[in-house]
Amino acid sequence: MTIHIENLHKKFGKNQVLKGVDLTITEGHIYAILGPNGSGKTTLIKSILGMVIPDKGQISILDRPIKKDWKYRKHINYLPQIANFPPNIKVRELIHMITDLRNSPSAKKELIERFGLEPFLNKKLSTLSGGTKQKVNIVLTFMFNSPLIILDEPTTGLDPRALIYLKELIQKEKAQGKTILITSHIMQFVQEMADEILYLLEGEIYFKGSIAKLLEDTQQKNFEHAIAAITTTKSHA
Amino acid sequence: MLKILKYSFYDLIRSRWSYVYFLFYLALGFVLLFLNNDVSKAVITLMNVIIVLIPLIGTIFGVMYYYNSREFTELLLAQPINRRAIFMGQYFGVAGSLTLSLVLGLGIPFVLYGLLRSNAIFDFTLLLVTGAFLTFIFVGLSFVIAISNENKIKGFGYAVLLWLFLAVVYDGLFLMSLIVFEEYPLDTFSLVATALNPIDLSRILILLKLDISALLGYTGAIFKKFFGTDLGFLVSMAILLLWTILPILGLSLKAKRKDF
Repeated sequence: MTIHIENLHKKFGKNQVLKGVDLTITEGHIYAILGPNGSGKTTLIKSILGMVIPDKGQISILDRPIKKDWKYRKHINYLPQIANFPPNIKVRELIHMITDLRNSPSAKKELIERFGLEPFLNKKLSTLSGGTKQKVNIVLTFMFNSPLIILDEPTTGLDPRALIYLKELIQKEKAQGKTILITSHIMQFVQEMADEILYLLEGEIYFKGSIAKLLEDTQQKNFEHAIAAITTTKSHA
Repeated sequence: MLKILKYSFYDLIRSRWSYVYFLFYLALGFVLLFLNNDVSKAVITLMNVIIVLIPLIGTIFGVMYYYNSREFTELLLAQPINRRAIFMGQYFGVAGSLTLSLVLGLGIPFVLYGLLRSNAIFDFTLLLVTGAFLTFIFVGLSFVIAISNENKIKGFGYAVLLWLFLAVVYDGLFLMSLIVFEEYPLDTFSLVATALNPIDLSRILILLKLDISALLGYTGAIFKKFFGTDLGFLVSMAILLLWTILPILGLSLKAKRKDF
């Protein structure tokens, strides 16, 4: 299995964000992590990445515990939610820098062409629009070949064409047997991409299963309504 | 860590402020030398400027750099890099580039003036060494303050307060306590109190090397007796080193536990 989480707790001050998350994620699927604002989605992702240090519980990635380790991040590509880059460097330099830091082969050229970023390569990041920054973000995420890909709100600011490329890209990675975690508030995107839904509510996994199971459990016909109705029905994963 | 150091360093070397800082020292060095025509006097004046300015610039640069590169830090944290390496790299990048500005900015005019042939070379070297220490100390302290405070304004405020305390208020308190307790023997007290503040310690170190401690009267005599000796010098350097190491340890401890 790709990720195994046991009894994960995290508190920020008085705010208990994660209250005992247990989760197993197997390889080769696309998982959508859903939940209302403040339900702990980003905290869960950041715990997996080691950016947030859990108070209690265990996380293993590719069968190895991640505590006090950092080398495991070699196996993860992460797309952060808000593409905030250092403002004073050029797109080309940023891409070069990350390639240099990771020290692994990258498929940057193809991705840059795909998202039409060539005209922006020599521009400073502070001059780019939100959507273009997100494209740079996507290139940085997908240019390495890692078994685990984590995408936090990947669709933000993308134009329809880039969105289609992104979907193709995700499907292509999945076809290569990679595990992909996505958080998104765009239900249509989730419905199209995800094999499994993880619904977080108040720091716990409230529902885990396929879209078909979700529709059945909530007795709704429409996915968006099923997500909205999920908290009112008593079904537990 | 070296890669992070390299990028932080390049980033700063290209920033306008590093040049302003460098040019300021360059101008200061030239003006002092060619108006004074006396290397020793120039070193004293420089000391007075440096001893206050370096901590201030170090503090402000450190805090600003930390907060400005927060997004970049988050990007790095998701990469396969050791956390400590990220922060240490940034710290040495900032402190290193500031020190470079100082050494080059002051070094060029002095070398051109013919320092290498004068006796003041040791005084001048000591000035640069303590300047470098002060840079590393205050950049370190400001990093620790910045990493402990999510709120930019608060972090900035605390850092400036720390500078104000060590550069100005501390001396005031020190003097006041000397006056209040003048009936008592204060030799040891004043020695210890001086050693505890890196700014005061640097000032005394340079003054004693310049052999003008007679100007300081009785206190000067005591200081000369302690700091003037080789042992005193070594102890002072050890204290400065300790002042440098403590913030670095604090930074790496904080970095290990922090959530981003």
